[in-house]
Amino acid sequence: MMLRWDVLAAILGMAVASYLCRAGGYAVLRVTRPPRFVQAMLQHLPGAIFIAFLAPALAQSGWSAWAAAAATIATQAAFGRLALSIAAGVGALWLLRYSVSAW
Amino acid sequence: MDQARDKRVTFTTAGVWRGVRATLAITIGLAPFGLVVGVVSAAKGLSLLEALLMSGLVFAGTSQLVALELWSDPAPILAASLAALVINLRLAPMGAALAPLLDRVHGWRLWGTLAVLVDNSFALTIAEMRAGRRDAGFLFGASLTMWVNWVVMCGLGHVFGAVLRLPPGHPIFFAATATLLALLVPIWRGRSDLLPWAVAGAVALAVQAVGLGAPWPVLAGAFAGAATGAARDLRRSGEGR
Repeated sequence: MMLRWDVLAAILGMAVASYLCRAGGYAVLRVTRPPRFVQAMLQHLPGAIFIAFLAPALAQSGWSAWAAAAATIATQAAFGRLALSIAAGVGALWLLRYSVSAW
Repeated sequence: MDQARDKRVTFTTAGVWRGVRATLAITIGLAPFGLVVGVVSAAKGLSLLEALLMSGLVFAGTSQLVALELWSDPAPILAASLAALVINLRLAPMGAALAPLLDRVHGWRLWGTLAVLVDNSFALTIAEMRAGRRDAGFLFGASLTMWVNWVVMCGLGHVFGAVLRLPPGHPIFFAATATLLALLVPIWRGRSDLLPWAVAGAVALAVQAVGLGAPWPVLAGAFAGAATGAARDLRRSGEGR
């Protein structure tokens, strides 16, 4: 199988950059004692990261994606089964798109 | 006594397996994305070995897609590395937020677990932590399952790319978004999350509206939301004194 040196170098460069991101945030925290404000921020970061990730993604899609998002969250809140919630979201979006285009 | 046991148990085999099982349910969410990256890497002229190496070593879909978009011959070493650095910056605060879990592990269990950290395993682990279980093994098992799924799907996409032909807007790609949406439910701690989450969403949308691309809406929104929550918490605890 083919492995070119320039492709390998690009892959290794990307791998090092990704690892710096993955380990860097925690490595800095491990060697420094963060102030109370930073510690309080870390409690809020997880939810904030996902909302900040999802809001622009949904804003770029149409109303059908928002409706599918609502279906996903409602299914998860009701049943607490991730696989079911994902299927509900994809199914809702598929149905909405299909029914709109058929209509 | 419970406390002493709690301190020793930091990375258990049982935790690894719980992470694996929890993640198997959501691998379908990431599978379409992995297939796409495999298809695109074949289209850009990467061999199967090169595509598998990239997915295995980089293991970050969006940065792989962006790098492949600017792929050239010879390979764009600097541009691809910079794209990976910028787009994956969002992972840095995730590692920091896992400190309560990671502070108690060392060596490969620490730095190896961080090597496979990824959005979905992070979300699952935060939900696990908030349910009162602190086992870095869970994070490792969840991340490793995501990794295996990712590499296999990229390989399948590369080999069967010509047969698959999924159009870009196909509802199946909503699975990745739906996974994170569903994970918001166990992460939600109650009404006190409302203000930081609203600020995070509003700032992310504003930064996007200004025209800045990834990762700036995520980073600005996440830090603005977290800072708002922290400022409120510290003011409240100051009042309580």
